[in-house]
Amino acid sequence: MSEVEKVYPAGLATNIQKPIADPGIEPHRVRLTDKSEKAAKGAEQQIAVMFGISIIGAIIAIWGFVAFPIADLADTRNNTLWMGIGMGLSLLGIGFGAVHWAKTLMPDHEVSEARHQARSNDESRAKAIEIIKTADAESGFTRRKLIRRSLYGALAFFPIPALVIFGDLGPQVGDTLKHTIWKKGVRLVRDSAEGGTAIKASEVTIGSVFHVVPENLKDIEDHGEKLNQKAKAAVLLVRVEPSDLKEDPAKASWSYDGIVAYSKICTHVGCPVALYEQQTHHLLCPCHQSTFDLADHCRVIFGPASRPLPQLAIEVDAEGYLVAQGDFTEPVGPSFWDIRQS
Amino acid sequence: MRRRPWAIGFVIFLGLVLSGGGYAAATNVVQAEVSSADQVAEGRKLFLANCASCHGSNGEGAIGGPSLIGVGAASVDFQVGTGRMPGQASGPQLYKKPVQFTEEQISAMAAYVASLAPGPAIPDAEYLKTTGDDIDMTHGSELFRINCAMCHNAVGAGGALTQGKFAPALGGVTEKHIYEAMVTGPQNMPVFNDANLTPEDKRDIIAYLKYVEEADSVGGYELASIGPVAEGLFVWIFGLGFIIAITVWLGAKAN
Amino acid sequence: MSTNTEQKPTTFIGGAANYLDERLSLGGVLKNFGRKVFPDHWSFMLGEVAMYSFVVLLISGTFLTFFYQPSMASVHYEGSYAPLKGAEMSIAYASSLDISFDIRGGLLMRQVHHWAALLFVAAAGLHMLRVFFTGAFRKPRELNWLVGFFLFLAAMGGGFTGYSLPDDLLSGNGLRIIDGMLKAIPFIGPSISSGLFGGEFPGDEIVARLYSLHIMIIPALIIVLLAVHLMMVIIHKHTHYSGPGKTDENVVGFPLMPVYVAKAGGFFFLVFGVLMAIAATFTINPIWNYGPYDPSPVSAGTQPDWYIGWLDGALRLAPSRMDVELLGVVLPFGVLLPLVISLAFLAVVAAYPFIEKWVTGDDREHHVLDRPRNAPTRTGIGAAGVVFYAVLWAGASTDLIATNFQMNLNQVLTSMQILLIIGPVIAFWVTKRACIALQRKDREIALHGRETGRVVRLPHGEYIEVHEQVDKYELWKLVDFKDYQPTLARPNAQGKITLGSKIRAALSSFYFEDRIAPVSKAEYELAHADHSPAPSVEKPKRKPRELVGKK
Repeated sequence: MSEVEKVYPAGLATNIQKPIADPGIEPHRVRLTDKSEKAAKGAEQQIAVMFGISIIGAIIAIWGFVAFPIADLADTRNNTLWMGIGMGLSLLGIGFGAVHWAKTLMPDHEVSEARHQARSNDESRAKAIEIIKTADAESGFTRRKLIRRSLYGALAFFPIPALVIFGDLGPQVGDTLKHTIWKKGVRLVRDSAEGGTAIKASEVTIGSVFHVVPENLKDIEDHGEKLNQKAKAAVLLVRVEPSDLKEDPAKASWSYDGIVAYSKICTHVGCPVALYEQQTHHLLCPCHQSTFDLADHCRVIFGPASRPLPQLAIEVDAEGYLVAQGDFTEPVGPSFWDIRQS
Repeated sequence: MRRRPWAIGFVIFLGLVLSGGGYAAATNVVQAEVSSADQVAEGRKLFLANCASCHGSNGEGAIGGPSLIGVGAASVDFQVGTGRMPGQASGPQLYKKPVQFTEEQISAMAAYVASLAPGPAIPDAEYLKTTGDDIDMTHGSELFRINCAMCHNAVGAGGALTQGKFAPALGGVTEKHIYEAMVTGPQNMPVFNDANLTPEDKRDIIAYLKYVEEADSVGGYELASIGPVAEGLFVWIFGLGFIIAITVWLGAKAN
Repeated sequence: MSTNTEQKPTTFIGGAANYLDERLSLGGVLKNFGRKVFPDHWSFMLGEVAMYSFVVLLISGTFLTFFYQPSMASVHYEGSYAPLKGAEMSIAYASSLDISFDIRGGLLMRQVHHWAALLFVAAAGLHMLRVFFTGAFRKPRELNWLVGFFLFLAAMGGGFTGYSLPDDLLSGNGLRIIDGMLKAIPFIGPSISSGLFGGEFPGDEIVARLYSLHIMIIPALIIVLLAVHLMMVIIHKHTHYSGPGKTDENVVGFPLMPVYVAKAGGFFFLVFGVLMAIAATFTINPIWNYGPYDPSPVSAGTQPDWYIGWLDGALRLAPSRMDVELLGVVLPFGVLLPLVISLAFLAVVAAYPFIEKWVTGDDREHHVLDRPRNAPTRTGIGAAGVVFYAVLWAGASTDLIATNFQMNLNQVLTSMQILLIIGPVIAFWVTKRACIALQRKDREIALHGRETGRVVRLPHGEYIEVHEQVDKYELWKLVDFKDYQPTLARPNAQGKITLGSKIRAALSSFYFEDRIAPVSKAEYELAHADHSPAPSVEKPKRKPRELVGKK
């Protein structure tokens, strides 16, 4: 059937014209292996060699496993390398062999197979419609409205429990996002797995940066809960020349002699913002490049963040250690819809 | 937020002056090494010939260079010993260059600058060793992740900072220079004084870095250790590239 | 039923075949499918690369499940890697380290699994591009395009859930970004985050949850979608490129048995072999470098795997200070905008076949593929999409671009923001013009043959360059494509021109106003009427909108 004979519902924007005749499938090009028995024999041998290499590869892989029982990292390296090379060879040997076989020795005459339109023919369609109608009549699906509608209702309701049952995937959010474990008088301690030591104001020299967590973090027993709290409470402690600070008078008491503490959690999507440039006082987030001016209450000066990093008000206790004046006065980390509501 | 180049230069200059002054005021200044008067005199000569035009004839700082009073021997040894000083054209940051002075000359200049005011000294060899029973590499790697990896990458491959500045890669940097960088905070790097990271902490960090640098890569060639970006490019260019070459061979007719 | 046992099998294989056929009617299946024809072209193998990578993922992944433990309870590491000895970490991370260092072949399987994942999504993406640029998504394959689209999404999901399982510092920060994005969703965001993490970020549930998604739900989804995808290929039969003897009513190629079984079967081993060779020699995701997850540290160069890169790039390229407060509700557009733009981009990709169908109104089945140049507007749109995606993708590496090419990070980011907007426009225009130029060249060659570079002097003194006429097979490749004309807005039954019809007419002229028609028989005969190579059909003058061949 040519295109002209076939009846298509004409497309709006199509303009069928087939001016030059289709010459039909190109004649078959004879291969070397078709012409010469010797070439065919050669190809057969090449294929066998490839399969042979595959066997050798498998043996190398087994040797790699046996020869390098793990004692140190060099053994891990060696058995990864040799098992990988061996298995790679083994696989590539089979692959190249099979494809070479297909290309050189199997027939390469292109053949044509007729297609049929996806649409069923009219007879089948008529039959299908008839079946549906019979089924409808026999079941009374259309006729018996009460059954049909109550079935729809049932089908609409039955999946709801399947959704509700997931209700306990996580607890109610509550105000967890708005508070951290910082409290008045909690010491700032060095971030460390062993539970870090407290920091004296005198230890924080100009240009220094300390990565800080609250001292009460180590009192949390549950590992998951500890991570949750650390994820909100991590703080960066820096001392700058007091004259460099552009402090809001209302927050002037939040710093101590040029020492300022800011939440390390980016207000964009929460990466730890920790790249501190001591000369420019810029803080850069390595994930999405939000940049904050630490000397100016961590105002956003570049990148996709919106809110400044929250500042932790600090003071010095009787022993000279840095302590918090209280929790952050605003939520740390990424913005969410009710972040401004208390 | 755009800054003009001169503004950046000015900010850097200001920062250097202030941080230099900061050392003098800091509480935990390491006592300058005891040096012979000859060495100091030699250092002063070199200083006047090579450094004074920017840093002032008594290291008090001038246009183009910060004060060196109180920066200590470690700072000189790092800046000159890695070729960053004498600095070339102004830019966002000083680059590592071929070193222009001999060890003796650098020591002499360091001794001279150390004689101006107390500052961080060149570290003792005991904190520069990378093997030994007292070294806790696990501790070092943890401290490195907490304090350094955000700029220098988890294995010291380096990273970007703002406005053309960068944290350099740490491979090939000597133990002494890494130590000196931590204790002096060159350019925009923060200072990690001995109250923050003790000399033992610094030693553990250096030991970890050297382990990473020298250990054989277990998984094969490392693609510069810069993470998923290099891996993604590799799979597109070489992985998929090689497989497409195979598909072309597979689809081509045999002779 | 004893009618089927007329032939008595005599060999073992014969016996086995008889046994199976009597129970499963395999004979009929083989009769129908054994000689099915598949066209041969390298670009038709890309989907296979993806499928085979997926098989490699199943095989290597099964190995990994035997050793991996999806628990976030904390332990102290006691394995071989010295810089982490004694460190506190999750069991998930410790077991991933054990797979890497203390189980023979474990690191190889981890690496082959991860490389296969990257290749899986890359090959699927390239396959989608092939389908797009050749118009293979046209009727009757629109639904299969959709299935393929969801396969691509499922592949991305599979990749992301797997990336997070080792619970290392890199993937933990990746999860944290997801957490931040979820929280930005108005009203329900914080609850979704709580539901996913089982409370606050990071909690101690997420790894186990991702694990069940990663090894059960997502692979099952991929298998089902893949089955539907392949079934549709069988129903539609594969498309073929335009060429002599290839029409919309046939499929020209090689029979499944034996040629395609050998080629496609062999190709599986080749893909697997290449992946294995890469895994043996190139490190991927050295989790021991990143350390255990801890919410406080981060490493420079924190990036997702490549297929999530474009989303990360979208986040980076958002403008500053975009939180908007409306009646006490904060809308963080710095996150929402990239999210909405990414989803819109995906929606356009999914809907493209339906959009093009609506514009062209073409209701015919298409089994002969377009050469990209013969659909200049579509190719231009595709190029614009590729550039848009590529800029977002490159946006995820701004820091690495800055350090490796010694550029200014801020300037790199700003340039990317500009490029994201003007890049696709330029790409569209350049590509479309290039396609039209190539079509013109095709016309030239069809009408006047190829330039041979041989200049001869005719008896009357004229110098001409000898043109070599193309043979009929090559000619056919140059002229076999369909011509479309822009539609006009037509009034409907009520005599009104609806807005929809106006939009459609506008889009139609956007698609087809600039076009080159295939060489018609009349033109061809005119050009070859006398054998003088002098052009009898004059070259089209560069008049805007009025190109040669328009009737």
